Amino acid sequence: MNAPAEHRDGLDETARNALVAACDDVRDAGPDDHVDGVAAQVVVRPGSTQETAEVMRATAAHGLAVVARGRGTKTSWGRPPARADVVLDLSRMDKVLDHAAGDLVVGTQAGTRLRDVQEAVSGAGQRLAVDETVPGASIGGTLATGTSGPGRMATGTVRDLLIGVTVVRADGVVAKAGGRVVKNVAGYDLGKLVIGSYGTLAVVTEALFRLHPLPAARRFVSVPVPDAKAAHDLAQAMVHSQVVPSAVEVDWAGGRGTLTVLLEGVPAGVEGRTRTTLALLGPSATAQDEAPDGFGSYPWQPDTGGDDRSTALKLTFALSGLRDVVGAATDAGLPVHLRGSAGVGVAYAALPSGSDPAEVAAAVAGLRATCGRHGGSLVVLDAPAAVKESVDTWGPVTGLDLMRRVKGQFDPENRLAPGRFVGGI
Amino acid sequence: MSGTHGTHITPGEGRDRVAPEVSDATGESEVRPEAVEAITAVARRMLPEDGVITDHQRLRTYECDGLAHYKVTPALVVMPETTEQAAAIVRACAEHRVPFVARGSGTGLSGGALPRADGVLVVTSRMRTIREVRREDQRAVVEPGVINLDVTRAASPQGYYFAPDPSSQQVCSIGGNLAENSGGAHCLKYGFTTNHVVGAELVAPDGEVVRLGGLAPDAPGYDLLGAVVGSEGTLGVVTSATVRLVRLPEEVRTALAGFETTDQAGAATSAIIAAGIVPAAIEMMDALAIEAAEAAVHPNYPAGAGAVLVIELDGSADEVEHEFGEVERLCREAGAFELRVATDPAERALIWKGRKSAFAAVGRISPDYIVQDGVIPRTALPEVLREISRLSESSGVRVANVFHAGDGNLHPLVLFDESVPGAGEAAERVSGAILDLCITHGGSITGEHGVGIDKAAYMPKMFNDEDLDTMQLVRCAFDPHGISNPGKVFPTPRLCGEVPGKRKGVHPLQAAGLAEVF
Repeated sequence: MNAPAEHRDGLDETARNALVAACDDVRDAGPDDHVDGVAAQVVVRPGSTQETAEVMRATAAHGLAVVARGRGTKTSWGRPPARADVVLDLSRMDKVLDHAAGDLVVGTQAGTRLRDVQEAVSGAGQRLAVDETVPGASIGGTLATGTSGPGRMATGTVRDLLIGVTVVRADGVVAKAGGRVVKNVAGYDLGKLVIGSYGTLAVVTEALFRLHPLPAARRFVSVPVPDAKAAHDLAQAMVHSQVVPSAVEVDWAGGRGTLTVLLEGVPAGVEGRTRTTLALLGPSATAQDEAPDGFGSYPWQPDTGGDDRSTALKLTFALSGLRDVVGAATDAGLPVHLRGSAGVGVAYAALPSGSDPAEVAAAVAGLRATCGRHGGSLVVLDAPAAVKESVDTWGPVTGLDLMRRVKGQFDPENRLAPGRFVGGI
Repeated sequence: MSGTHGTHITPGEGRDRVAPEVSDATGESEVRPEAVEAITAVARRMLPEDGVITDHQRLRTYECDGLAHYKVTPALVVMPETTEQAAAIVRACAEHRVPFVARGSGTGLSGGALPRADGVLVVTSRMRTIREVRREDQRAVVEPGVINLDVTRAASPQGYYFAPDPSSQQVCSIGGNLAENSGGAHCLKYGFTTNHVVGAELVAPDGEVVRLGGLAPDAPGYDLLGAVVGSEGTLGVVTSATVRLVRLPEEVRTALAGFETTDQAGAATSAIIAAGIVPAAIEMMDALAIEAAEAAVHPNYPAGAGAVLVIELDGSADEVEHEFGEVERLCREAGAFELRVATDPAERALIWKGRKSAFAAVGRISPDYIVQDGVIPRTALPEVLREISRLSESSGVRVANVFHAGDGNLHPLVLFDESVPGAGEAAERVSGAILDLCITHGGSITGEHGVGIDKAAYMPKMFNDEDLDTMQLVRCAFDPHGISNPGKVFPTPRLCGEVPGKRKGVHPLQAAGLAEVF
């Protein structure tokens, strides 16, 4: 799935001129701009939604494939695109547009780093309740990949927090959906469609989110779990308790692991809930103020690329499947480091870099079957090229025909990150 | 009457015809008897005899939903009992290009389930099985005709409940909740239906049965479920839903605070939110709404109050205890002259009774009224309430205000007397002006009642042509022939043949053998 040879010599002159006319920040792509091994021709950095629209109209006129990029922290996720003529870099659109503290709402451009949004709203004692699972991630990239961390147990994911969105379509039309109020049922919720769409439907340029108050106190209660059954039983004890945990996380490697419960709220409340949690988790549980190592990050190194990458998996399952999923990770045939939201049914796993692709494929198939038995799925988020060639990245997807029809409406020429998504979309 | 907004409640006889300007959307001029007969034949083959209604008098039973102002008699009513039956009906509709409208309990307040004169009404009331309650997974799998409150009733013995709680929860159906993305008093903290549905079985408008999502979160691929929930029946018929169950809180505490003015009550609301407290609910009623509630259900609200707040906190006992003290303090600081705390379930129920019966209670103080539903940023509340008050004074039309103060969702009740010439029109004008206020203040034309047929004409005030056109792309993907609840939500449908841009050569997905032509 590499770029066709004729693209290696760069864009034809008229196409390039059209891009330059649309945007004053156009440069040749370098090796760092490649998209999962696929050579890009130019990098275009628009400074506004309008400029993005002009760029998209130029790409439409010249039939150019476009891969949107926020901060480039997850560019290699998904399948390598079939073409990547233009990397649409949104990093110049890095502003927090407005923070209506009294309404608990923030508006931001897509290239803004998640951490910059947090900084902008924290002064008012607020947060965008999205964990930064990949350091330096942008709002746009977070939406496109739908990443989430431990806090989703209490406050949901970007799916639950995004209240308004501005997108630029493949044909350059600018459209918005939702609004700046949390409660709003007017029109289709296009935000839901672009979340997790890997840049294949439209380019998000601005987003509005609901905010949450920053908790006054946080405590982490951790307990070692010697086997899958213990992890399962303790996770069940927590989810059925009434202590309202903000997160119930499992970290599992080498046949043993840790379960960590996050409690957030007012100091007096957290104190009492910590006591209850300690009692539920048993005598080996301990409470601490700081997050344990690795909490809220993926079990792989985020800054590796190429063949040094681990194989990065996302597993989902009904809560009753936790024991089997942990068991399957233990018996996968390869060392599996599993970490994720035991209280939600979403976990991430890393298989070591340098593993034999066939062994990875076998491990993926086994884990996927386990997730499938428990109403969930497994997606290979990222992996070395040889592994991506030997595994089914996305696995079985229901509703694929309807998804293709949606893609066909939004991007009939198949120019937005073509081939990166499910079913070759 | 010319306006088309707000739930118009007029008891007894009166308007039994739909307003003329919406007849394009109701299919009265497009009835094709032979096509309807063909679908009737399919229905008779697939469904039990009493699940197919063709008798005109019985068809009229279904001529409106909770927005009784609009009435259209459907050409055919079917009541499938299984997904297969529903799919067969929809397939037949697709084959004959006949519109269909799904209907749950018919409690919707925007005419979303208003039938088509040229179409089939698919009533889901016989799909009423709670298929599974899975405590371990915190999920229930239910059919669309299941009543909202019955999900909670089924789950509560195991310590769980279904969080979305629209005021109609004793009668409204889960299928309707999905279609409308229903909220309720407690969505301030717990979110809307869309936040509580993880899977659905959808009969797409071509009759295909598609599984979206499932027991686990984050199904790979586009979040079609997210598009379907809240699409008001325009993307197909949901025949089962997998919903999240939420653990019952350890502690629930409800307070009633009386204020002299709505400004004070609004200030208290802002102070509570600013303190970092997320109550389960904050509801406000103004003097006129209080008067109505007292007349109807005698909740014994504080005498002489210009506004009351109903504030509910829930969660772990340790947390609620502390935050409740804060709420009491903030209310007093804002000027609450009376603060009552429910100490048992009966007292709690009485506090809520006044609020939950407010719409109907207004019937005690006015022969006719319009229920409006609009949203504003919460901080604009005092200003918008003053503007509504000015509107009321200048027009002589009384407006009672009942609303979800925590999230700025207003439900002004515009009162009038139909027997007074011109009163209805004046009320319609005030009701429309209130929606305009919501838009001017950056809000929404509907927070939970939906656009339906009632507010489709208002969509262009909130969204421009490009926005609406882009939403229609989704419609065209699901329903290229526009047969799934046509005429609702959008003022003018896009012709799905108009695909933006020109296709060059063979589509790459086709070339790769991955896709059929689409």
